[in-house]
Amino acid sequence: MIDQITVFLENDKGRLAALCRTLGDAGISMHALTVADTASFGVARIIADTPREAYAVLNEKGFRASLTKVFAVEVSDDAGGLAALLEALDAAGINVEYAYCFASGAGHAVDILRVDAHEEAEAVIIAAGFRVMEPRELYA
Amino acid sequence: MADSTGRVLGPEKYFQPDIEMMDRGELEALQLVRLQSTVTHCYESIPFYRRAFDEKGIKPSDVTSLADLQKLPFTLKQDLRDAYPFDLFAYPVDDARVQRLHASSGTTGNATVVGYTQKDIENWGDTFARTIAMVGGDEHSLLQVSYGYGLFTGGLGAHEGGIRMRATILPMSSGNTRRQVQMMRDFGVDILACTPSYALLIADTAIEMGFNPAEDFKISGAICGAEPCSEGMRREIEAKLGVKVVDIYGLSEVMGPGVSCECRHQNGLHVAEDHFIMEILDPNTLQPVPEGEYGEVAFTTLTKECSPLIRYRTRDISRILPGACACGRTLRRMDRIQGRTDDMLIIRGVNVFPSQFQEVLASFSEVTSYYQIVLTSKGPLDRMTLKVETVPDFDFDEIRKIEDLQRRISAELRSNLQVSVEVKVVEPKSIERSEGKARRVIDNRDNKGGER
Repeated sequence: MIDQITVFLENDKGRLAALCRTLGDAGISMHALTVADTASFGVARIIADTPREAYAVLNEKGFRASLTKVFAVEVSDDAGGLAALLEALDAAGINVEYAYCFASGAGHAVDILRVDAHEEAEAVIIAAGFRVMEPRELYA
Repeated sequence: MADSTGRVLGPEKYFQPDIEMMDRGELEALQLVRLQSTVTHCYESIPFYRRAFDEKGIKPSDVTSLADLQKLPFTLKQDLRDAYPFDLFAYPVDDARVQRLHASSGTTGNATVVGYTQKDIENWGDTFARTIAMVGGDEHSLLQVSYGYGLFTGGLGAHEGGIRMRATILPMSSGNTRRQVQMMRDFGVDILACTPSYALLIADTAIEMGFNPAEDFKISGAICGAEPCSEGMRREIEAKLGVKVVDIYGLSEVMGPGVSCECRHQNGLHVAEDHFIMEILDPNTLQPVPEGEYGEVAFTTLTKECSPLIRYRTRDISRILPGACACGRTLRRMDRIQGRTDDMLIIRGVNVFPSQFQEVLASFSEVTSYYQIVLTSKGPLDRMTLKVETVPDFDFDEIRKIEDLQRRISAELRSNLQVSVEVKVVEPKSIERSEGKARRVIDNRDNKGGER
């Protein structure tokens, strides 16, 4: 499983820019960023190099950051790739809290999945013929 | 009989059972006789009151029922300041009947000075002695008074209570905490009277000194007033010292500690209604609020000789707790002080106090004690947003957990305060920290809720 950095953001002008600037100044490179927003706040989810250091830097700069364990699954960059993975989890009764994808550039996509029941989920993912990625494949 | 913490309680003790459990009808008859005599006394002896009565066209003889209290003029804190030092005394200060002077700190203007006759001091002591009984004390008890002695009414008020109870008094005053602990232990103190923060310091010092006061000390009760004490703080003192902690309320202007005091059931403070009439007034209309609703507390003294007061507006906010108390006393109970009228907000016509938000938030372990209320106008309507910060280990990765928290706090506020509040979780440390009084309310409304 990999460490995702989750940052709580107020819906204020410039907060996302400040977040990215903070990581940039610390020399931390981001691989994926997704922002979920509601009427009053947003939650940024980030896959970046040295997540523990990123977490420490952000909290030190006054951001509300936490580390969350998520699955990174390699999926072929073809139609229906993600659907097959999610169907397998659904069939096993495993609830997906949220998911997002990014292309790795080598002909496949990386799906990030936040689920409960980690061990069971991993078994289901592997049994469905997918590969769970290791941290070193994604970040330094 | 056991209390909420499972501690076994002995039989209820009373200092003046004939008064404390007096039939309400008899008590009201007594109040009326005393009110009439106080009004006459004020009119005849204090020019300020004579003027105020004359302006309203009222004579002491017009007071023929307790309801007539409504016709009488108010006394304000500023009136007391303006009377500095002795203009509100019924006797000249060199009169032999004037036995003692106390004064409030006067941080925001002139000090307010209050005089006491021998009888005033005895009555004061009686009200405090009732508290000693409420927390289980009697004439055999050893009472450690660790309120400051001096112009402040805490120390000497508790001291007079000990005298009237005929308890043994250990007049420590405050300070030299290790010595307080040593004597508490060596002498076998039964009851401690001091501020809640000092009680906690004494408890912590005892523990630091290697004692386990909860187990090893004889002490069984503490009377802790003069400053606000949260329920958490009360439980902490109780656990560390192994005592029952009761609250006591009083203002030096009105008398000092003992105006109302809590019994061991810890559910409101019994007002010494034989010495004071308490009114709860709507701060805007100055009319009495229905029983059970919050408003400004006003007192009329019924027995004070040197510094009587008529309808003194305390600016403290409380309410009457309806219903009978399990202790058997018929003296009505006032709730803890919720705040000051100066802090009161009027939201869509509902009176709300910041401390009420604090109380509701304290029941949510997910948020810190920092909060801020922001008021804005939405057309003709007031809109209230409450900003809160989550505790560091709150898991905000799942958005619905944050939304759910916001919803639950909002629902709780609605059911407790009858106001609709938008709750907003904000980033850590984005709510202003202050060493002094935190700015809890930002009022950006076009109309700040009407005249106050």
